[in-house]
Amino acid sequence: MHKYIFRRLLLLIPVLLGVTFIVFTIMSFTPGDPAQLMLGESAPPEAVEQLRAEMGLDDPFIVQYLRFVGNAIKGDFGRSYTTKREVFSEIFARFPNTLILAAVGVAIAVAIGIPVGIISATRQYSLIDSISMIGALLGVSMPNFWLGLMLILVFSVGLGWLPFAGFESAKSIILPAITLGTGAAAIITRMTRSSMLEVIRQDYIRTARAKGVSEKKVVNKHALKNALIPVITVVGLQFGYLLGGAVLTETVFSWPGVGRLLVEAIRQKDTPTVLASVVFMATTFSFVNLLVDILYAYVDPRIKSQYSK
Amino acid sequence: MSKKELLKIEDLSIYYITEDGTVKAVNGIDIKLNKGETLGLVGETGAGKTTTALGIMRLIPNPPGKIMSGKIEFEGKDLLNIPEEEMRMIRGNKISMIFQDPMTSLNPVMTVGEQIAEVIEIHQDLNKQEAMKKAEEMLELVGIPAARVNDYPHQFSGGMKQRVVIAISLACNPQLLIADEPTTALDVTIQAQVLDLMNNLKEEFNTAMILITHDLGVVSEVCDKVAIMYAGEIVEAASLKQLFENPRHPYTLGLFGSIPNLDEEVDRLKPITGLMPDPTNLPTGCKFHPRCPYGTDICAKQEPKAIEIEDGHKVKCLIYEGLVDAEVKR
Repeated sequence: MHKYIFRRLLLLIPVLLGVTFIVFTIMSFTPGDPAQLMLGESAPPEAVEQLRAEMGLDDPFIVQYLRFVGNAIKGDFGRSYTTKREVFSEIFARFPNTLILAAVGVAIAVAIGIPVGIISATRQYSLIDSISMIGALLGVSMPNFWLGLMLILVFSVGLGWLPFAGFESAKSIILPAITLGTGAAAIITRMTRSSMLEVIRQDYIRTARAKGVSEKKVVNKHALKNALIPVITVVGLQFGYLLGGAVLTETVFSWPGVGRLLVEAIRQKDTPTVLASVVFMATTFSFVNLLVDILYAYVDPRIKSQYSK
Repeated sequence: MSKKELLKIEDLSIYYITEDGTVKAVNGIDIKLNKGETLGLVGETGAGKTTTALGIMRLIPNPPGKIMSGKIEFEGKDLLNIPEEEMRMIRGNKISMIFQDPMTSLNPVMTVGEQIAEVIEIHQDLNKQEAMKKAEEMLELVGIPAARVNDYPHQFSGGMKQRVVIAISLACNPQLLIADEPTTALDVTIQAQVLDLMNNLKEEFNTAMILITHDLGVVSEVCDKVAIMYAGEIVEAASLKQLFENPRHPYTLGLFGSIPNLDEEVDRLKPITGLMPDPTNLPTGCKFHPRCPYGTDICAKQEPKAIEIEDGHKVKCLIYEGLVDAEVKR
């Protein structure tokens, strides 16, 4: 098991190299000169030229990339072009906001998705199943910026119950978390339902019934643990994705999170911030995936025995 | 052996009602079984054997399955008319079942100990530790070291999994054990071991058994009585001796005929011609008539009744009603 985790962590290195290389390339070849942007439109060309040389922007692309990697290994991701602050301290200042939003969003999604999925599966083709499947379809297909705006319209502007922007109090989380949770809840519902439907037809479920196990226990004990395995994957992916900053939702709600930081940095061609954010996101995403894989081992003994091989 | 009647099935019919048509899986069968007796239920795939077994357990998946008519009396109680909760207390306790495929019959995320202990906890007044201890005893009984009680099904071979399934089904000393092709998925050596094991345990606990199989060799080793099923009907029912020495239904004869003889040089097997009929569209009259070498016009029109040709030997064929003139020979 430890070996497995170690191997997975090693695999992170090529992933990060690949991700940074792609992002670095894109940033280098998009129009716009960071030096010009930093000094402003009216700055004299000589000053811009001088700053470019100072920042090493005149070096060949590959040299710039290798320099970035070399510094990154030492833990130095540079300073933001716009705020002049260390990019990582900036990311870390915002990450808790993203984390808490993602956690609440996923918690809402799981709390709705798994029970509704189970009920739907055990009452397949019933009215309640149809209603929840229509709900799930709506949840998946609704663009979340639209949902966010509608929620603001009703609960902030109309009823005035909840704040619509920023992160001042616990109340501020409610609307963005619902916005994020809805889509995830829909996906989790559908996954739980289909996984449950498959498991409930398995021979070992029949064995359990033949033992005289009550229907409630058949579902909650025998079927659920088996059905949860693919659901865990989906929950993990959703969580990882939300941790990367739900860009649209953070923008709609002016949420001070990592996603919005990245969008602003891209707009301002703030390469160090973009790169650092991407490295950070790729790492968290990989960690969540690793966590999911470890969680599998606790749910499914067959997977556990594979890891130890 | 006590001659007390344990199970009496009368006129049981089970259909699967689907959009593509109604599958008439079981059509009016009668079974009688005394305590401690073993009945072999023999037939081709799709003859309705498993459906009959699931019917007795009241585990027919509904929808689409439905018990259309009939009576299943167990220890004098009509199983089709008791509440689900009462039936649940019979399942795994007084009637238990061994399923066909041991590879998929055990829950992959529970230890075998938990799975055996569960049935004990449900039906016996024991706490968790005591049930676990009993589970260990059951494992030993079926020839698996008790030390493996905390192992998961994937750590066992197919034969050992089937032993675990047997341990589960015998854990509460059932009155009736239904074994649905318990050896089909196993290789021949393991088959013999499992059959021996079941035979021993059956004698030890005086358990009655319904053994579902399509293997007449297995029947001859284990059973006291045999019922031959075809297209959801029992076409011939007799004691083991009667059936093997004096088979009378053309279908039974066809089954025996299809077994190659060890004393002769055989180039080709002699199968029964034709295929099992489509269960959504069964032939009229005698369901076997399209494949029967003795079939005549009347067979297509008149449904045969079960005729008792000797004590305890019933055959469902118009020959024995005197309506078809033929000499049935091996």
